[in-house]
Amino acid sequence: MAAVKETIETVAGLETYEHGFVTDIEMEFAPKGLNADVVRFISAKKNEPEWMLEMRLAAYERWLTMEEPDWAKVDYQKVDYQDLYYYAAPKKKDGPKSLDEIDPELLKTYAKLGIPLREQEVLAGVVGAPRYAVDAVFDSVSVVTTFKDELKKSGVIFCAISEALREYPDLVRQYLGSVVPVSDNYFAALNAAVFSDGSFVYVPPGVRCPMELSTYFRINAENTGQFERTLIIADKGAYVSYLEGCTAPQRDENQLHAAVVELVALDDAEIKYSTVQNWYPGDAEGKGGIYNFVTKRADCRGARSKVSWTQVETGSAVTWKYPSCILRGDDSVGEFYSIAVTNGAQQADTGTKMIHLGKNTKSRIISKGISAGRSSATYRGLVSAHAKATGARNFTQCDSLLIGKTCASHTVPYIESDTAKAQFEHEATTTRLSEDQLFYAMQRGLSQEEAVALLVNGFVRDVLQKLPMEFAVEAQKLVAISLEGSVG
Amino acid sequence: MLSIKDLSVAVDAKQILKGLSLDVPAGEVHAIMGPNGAGKSTLGYALAGRPNYQIKSGSVTFNGEDLFEKDVHERAAAGLYLSFQYPLEIPGVPALTFLRTALNAQKKLRGEDEISAPDFLKRVRELAKTLKIDMDMLKRPLNVGFSGGEKKRMEVLQMALLEPKFLILDETDSGLDIDALKVVSDGVNALRAPDRGMLVITHYQRLLDHIKPDRVHVLVAGRIVRSGGPELALELEAHGYDQYLGEAA
Repeated sequence: MAAVKETIETVAGLETYEHGFVTDIEMEFAPKGLNADVVRFISAKKNEPEWMLEMRLAAYERWLTMEEPDWAKVDYQKVDYQDLYYYAAPKKKDGPKSLDEIDPELLKTYAKLGIPLREQEVLAGVVGAPRYAVDAVFDSVSVVTTFKDELKKSGVIFCAISEALREYPDLVRQYLGSVVPVSDNYFAALNAAVFSDGSFVYVPPGVRCPMELSTYFRINAENTGQFERTLIIADKGAYVSYLEGCTAPQRDENQLHAAVVELVALDDAEIKYSTVQNWYPGDAEGKGGIYNFVTKRADCRGARSKVSWTQVETGSAVTWKYPSCILRGDDSVGEFYSIAVTNGAQQADTGTKMIHLGKNTKSRIISKGISAGRSSATYRGLVSAHAKATGARNFTQCDSLLIGKTCASHTVPYIESDTAKAQFEHEATTTRLSEDQLFYAMQRGLSQEEAVALLVNGFVRDVLQKLPMEFAVEAQKLVAISLEGSVG
Repeated sequence: MLSIKDLSVAVDAKQILKGLSLDVPAGEVHAIMGPNGAGKSTLGYALAGRPNYQIKSGSVTFNGEDLFEKDVHERAAAGLYLSFQYPLEIPGVPALTFLRTALNAQKKLRGEDEISAPDFLKRVRELAKTLKIDMDMLKRPLNVGFSGGEKKRMEVLQMALLEPKFLILDETDSGLDIDALKVVSDGVNALRAPDRGMLVITHYQRLLDHIKPDRVHVLVAGRIVRSGGPELALELEAHGYDQYLGEAA
């Protein structure tokens, strides 16, 4: 109830995009444009092992032969890949990173965004409040990772992927690209060639990660693409919950964000991956905003492993994103819970793939799309069963809520089964935010904005409940803010 | 308390109310009776401010203020409550959440302090008990999957909690069995007070056996064609509305 109240207050009081500020900081860039030398430049900056550079160059060669996909229901001005910077990092002196050496402007940025970078600030919080460790990525580099030492005590590795490449090269080499191969798709190939940072997590066998892990991505520099790479491995019987958040300044030109996230769950392991995506969506006319072209995939490699994707997508001008699960291990479980909000001129083509390979594998998809303004939201999903996936089960529910008369919503489910012994269920609804419901709530004393917030919160409730508590409140606010001014 | 003067209302360009006048003083219960399509529900919706109900002419003052100057939620906060003939389902919003949000929204508009969670729960528990509503039901999304009778009891619970100054009951008896009718009527009667007015819209006399009106008005084709005491309802029950249909045409 407090959350609803808070949502309502937020709706009444805030600007539409509150993270649109720019940090003025001295940056170091790679030369503009993309070629093999830029790939080498990035690899050299990171002091990477030779095999990584080779993998990057192979990905680059592959990318040159590929074409940008156009099957998604999105319409945007194509990116000029030679007019982008592929590496931008805040200038810093060499040597070990400590918080005191970080540019105060950066610290201020994260303070403004409400991201705790000082462990003592987190510790000074309310007793009993859940703690979470943060990896902060600013443009192309990780600026700080908190609670690293404490996590290490339980054997958990949580660090920037550039650091992991130096410190744990064998572990990274074993898994990197094993879920999303460099040739997977156009944007994944691009990412493999030029990724600059991101997070690495390894949870050893039988360990339950003692705190929530999170990465906070911030695009700041102009004309800069962000290509982060995240790799999470939960070894046998391990558990980890991970959350990513993202924001960007308000700029008139479009910015490209092409991330790759790979999750690997071995026998009996569980990974919960939550996203609160709030990239700058562009203005009401569709000027500016982030192109969010992301490949996220989990490999439930082990028997009885489980991966849950939960996403709250409110930002970006154009979203192209399908967090998926390969259910390879017998009895493995994949879940996808999504809230996608589009307003103004935003376009989202998002959904999931559940690939059932193992026996008795289960998947569950709950997608809630909310469209307002002149926006367009598409759910695109694939559920498939391999011939060996006997006893596979899927339940899919796709609900769309339309606000106003100029938005669009589409549901494109693909179902493929090579076995008669799989059971797939699909339910879909599309409803318009009802004038009658609004009137009813207003007759009880709620203003129009309060009534919209309440009804929308009701619509997304079963997905919000899947988010870690403190982020659920955040997400609820975000949904309300994104829909501000959508009625009337 | 509520004074309607020469009110004309159109819905989708169709004239429904055609110069309706009515005064309901504080402390009184007035019944509006009439055949189907006479404009009974339109009157309730127009007073509450439903969109697309266009006020063509006339005026309404509520406690001395121009009602039509206020937005829907401001009328609610000023104390006007409409009990819906068909209460809406609100998926995903627990009834308790809805109730508390509504109560605090009204309090905020009136510049009052919000109710605390323990006080709120205590109050709801008392009211639910008298209306024979199970607290578990209040944890479910409002009206979703509720029976007709349960929805009407929820309307009365909201009414009792919000403590409005003026109640409009739109066909509150429809869909109720005898037992539920008694529970709902008792709930409404408990709200009768010297500073509170009520307008009871009904097609049938039977509700008025339970909620005794001070005055009865016959609404036919958008106008009040006759007013009288409680005995008028009995007369209508015996003879029907036919005699008025000719007059109105």
